[in-house]
Amino acid sequence: MSALHIKKGASKHSAYNLRPTFSDVMERHTLAVVVENEPGVLARVIGLFSGRGYNIESLTVAEVDHTGHRSRITIVTTGTPQVIEQIKAQLGRIVSVHEVHDLTVEGPSVERELAILKVVGQGDKRVEALRLADIFRANVVDSTLNSFIFEITGAPEKIEAFSDLMRPLGLTEVARTGVAALLRGD
Amino acid sequence: MTREMTGAKMVVQALKDQGVDTVFGYPGGAVLPIYDEIFLQNDIRHILVRHEQGAVHAAEGYARSTGKPGVVLVTSGPGATNAVTGLTDALLDSIPIIVLTGQVPTFMIGSDAFQEADTVGITRPCTKHNWLVKDTDALPGVIHEAFHVATAGRPGPVLIDIPKDVQFANGTYQPPKRSTSHYQPQVKGDLEEITELVAAMETAKRPVFYTGGGVINSGPAASQLLRELVDATGFPITSTLMGLGAYPASGPNWLGMLGMHGLYEANMAMHDCDLMIAIGSRFDDRITGRTDAFSPKSKKAHIDIDPSSINKIIRVDIPIVGDVGHVLEDILKVWKARGRKTNVEAVRGWQAQIEKWRKVNCLAYKPSEKTIKPQYALQRLEALTKDHDRYITTEVGQHQMWAAQFLNFEDPNRWMTSGGLGTMGYGFPASIGVQIAHPDALVINVAGEASWLMNMQELGTAAQFRLPVKQFILNNERLGMVRQWQELLHGSRYSHSWSEALPDFVKLAEAFGAKGILCSDPADLDDAIMEMINHDGPVLFDCLVEKHENCFPMIPSGKAHNEMLLGEAETHGVIDAAGATMV
Ligand SMILES: Cc1ncc(C[n+]2csc(CCOP(=O)(O)OP(=O)(O)O)c2C)c(N)n1
Ligand SMILES: [Mg+2]
Repeated sequence: MSALHIKKGASKHSAYNLRPTFSDVMERHTLAVVVENEPGVLARVIGLFSGRGYNIESLTVAEVDHTGHRSRITIVTTGTPQVIEQIKAQLGRIVSVHEVHDLTVEGPSVERELAILKVVGQGDKRVEALRLADIFRANVVDSTLNSFIFEITGAPEKIEAFSDLMRPLGLTEVARTGVAALLRGD
Repeated sequence: MTREMTGAKMVVQALKDQGVDTVFGYPGGAVLPIYDEIFLQNDIRHILVRHEQGAVHAAEGYARSTGKPGVVLVTSGPGATNAVTGLTDALLDSIPIIVLTGQVPTFMIGSDAFQEADTVGITRPCTKHNWLVKDTDALPGVIHEAFHVATAGRPGPVLIDIPKDVQFANGTYQPPKRSTSHYQPQVKGDLEEITELVAAMETAKRPVFYTGGGVINSGPAASQLLRELVDATGFPITSTLMGLGAYPASGPNWLGMLGMHGLYEANMAMHDCDLMIAIGSRFDDRITGRTDAFSPKSKKAHIDIDPSSINKIIRVDIPIVGDVGHVLEDILKVWKARGRKTNVEAVRGWQAQIEKWRKVNCLAYKPSEKTIKPQYALQRLEALTKDHDRYITTEVGQHQMWAAQFLNFEDPNRWMTSGGLGTMGYGFPASIGVQIAHPDALVINVAGEASWLMNMQELGTAAQFRLPVKQFILNNERLGMVRQWQELLHGSRYSHSWSEALPDFVKLAEAFGAKGILCSDPADLDDAIMEMINHDGPVLFDCLVEKHENCFPMIPSGKAHNEMLLGEAETHGVIDAAGATMV
């Protein structure tokens, strides 16, 4: 499936659903957008979202195929079903976009995000932070006498939960990568 | 044949190989190497405009009247930024344009060099695609691909930014070949969907075709197929502003234009139909009015080459992604194969209902013997020019809507107006582009005095190239459309909607070596129009018209199709608070 080239029958099935039932319920969708890796391509995608007033919850991008010049942008967005359909169709119009996949529709998919968190504290709080990190399988990647940096990977909800727990224990900074996602199976 | 040459030479060579015969442009430091190559050849004609915005609109006029892409060449910085309005105009109206801009040399990019602007950044949202070419060897491939992207699928403007060192450097030229890029939009519609539409057509009691600029963009064959389908089924047809001429105004099933200033019968048919067949039209807000009251009883089919147009504004039941021409061909095939069925009886009743609406005579206006009514001026223009090989462009405002209502278009590509962006200043340069493409045709720009002044410098271009374009200015000494809205929405407080300090248009024409004609008496109008037609050269026709005429019918913003205002309606307070916030 290439940009604007919609597979036969795609108007009824697949990522492009041209016969949706519209509701006003906000949905969260994870989109995988395969693009030509060329200067400005990210600006095109981001400009589409800002220009048309769509939400971006998270966005990650990196080259995934060096010889084929392909990058993969994973976007988590929210909107009504009609808006989600528009987002996909508008992405498909961008000339540098090769493929648009709605992993939420085409799923099931696996979503992972990496975060590093700095927790500053001493005494009991420090011990408790380490104990919780163990439960969440977060690694200590740096430590001083009164701080840790934890590294954690997982679904965004797991990272939320972990940072919620760390907050009273001295969380001072978080850096998150945003979601990377793949469809399950072959 | 591949050859070594400079980037500048490649530009000219690639344009030639793409069949370009005309470039509209304006030189400057960053494009001098390309201008040098233009100087050294005779195959491509360069039309020197007087402002880069004019170049893009001229290219649009050229493109829309020929079906070929228009080409523009401008310098970096201000040259490029002056092209932005034209690019946006072409994007909204899906016009294929290739704009070549010069750029500061690659090693100076990012240094705030003289006449440096982030052209690809600025034009990213107002082009279909754009490129900054940093390597001379890549240049020919990009130019050829640019022509492919501009014309394939839903057409649109593209821009190529070429740094000066890339123009000077040598590289290997590659001639065009069939595009192998991944950008290959789907042109064939899904047969299952098409069959579903045909089945709906067979039983529909109150069908209507609602067509748009996509039919014209698809090419003359699409208009031909549309005519065949409409006349074979007997279904009524209406069109958007952009689609006029795809079906002939003299055709038996023609309803006239629809929308905000569309005809009563067209809008009523849209509101009451039970099957709406949208073809290359996009449910623009000027068409739908209030969306939650839009054609409530109909099943809707939508044929469009751009999947993002489908369900964007109005949810449809039968979506068909594909090129209008290809899809119409398949619809006709399937419909014929299934026995050419329609619900004849019911459709006849529907036609009778439409006849009743027609009798409302929604374009009626109060005639006058003392002043020229703008509608009358256009009726006379129509009568006196309809047998000519005629092309019409317009500016934006009341005159534009009256032109759409009172001029009849029998063929596609004869009507160029700024629909999506509503760009005042479009019509004059567009008329220049049309005249360049059709030197012997009668090209008329129906203008308002305010719009016309926005690109009046192009009178120099018309004079230089001896282009006999006729500027038919309906001069109401008002920003008429603004004044009308202020009357309807803002208690007749006419804030800055006067055209003060207008020039003497006759003297202005003469100052440029063109002909000026002034007409203010309805009795003189026919003679004056004939004088305009018969003059072999550019004419500025200053037609002094009624100053406070309103353009009707009108669907006020925030209202539904069946809530139109007709001519003499009481207009105060017709737009409620919610409507007033809309444009
Ligand atoms: C570039 C631009 N600026 C402003 C407007 C808003 N506008 C729409 S119609 C209009 C008045 C046009 O006046 P004129 O050309 O005299 O036409 P009339 O309506 O009087 O026929 C204006 C200011 C516009 N469409 N384009
Ligand atoms: Mg005016």
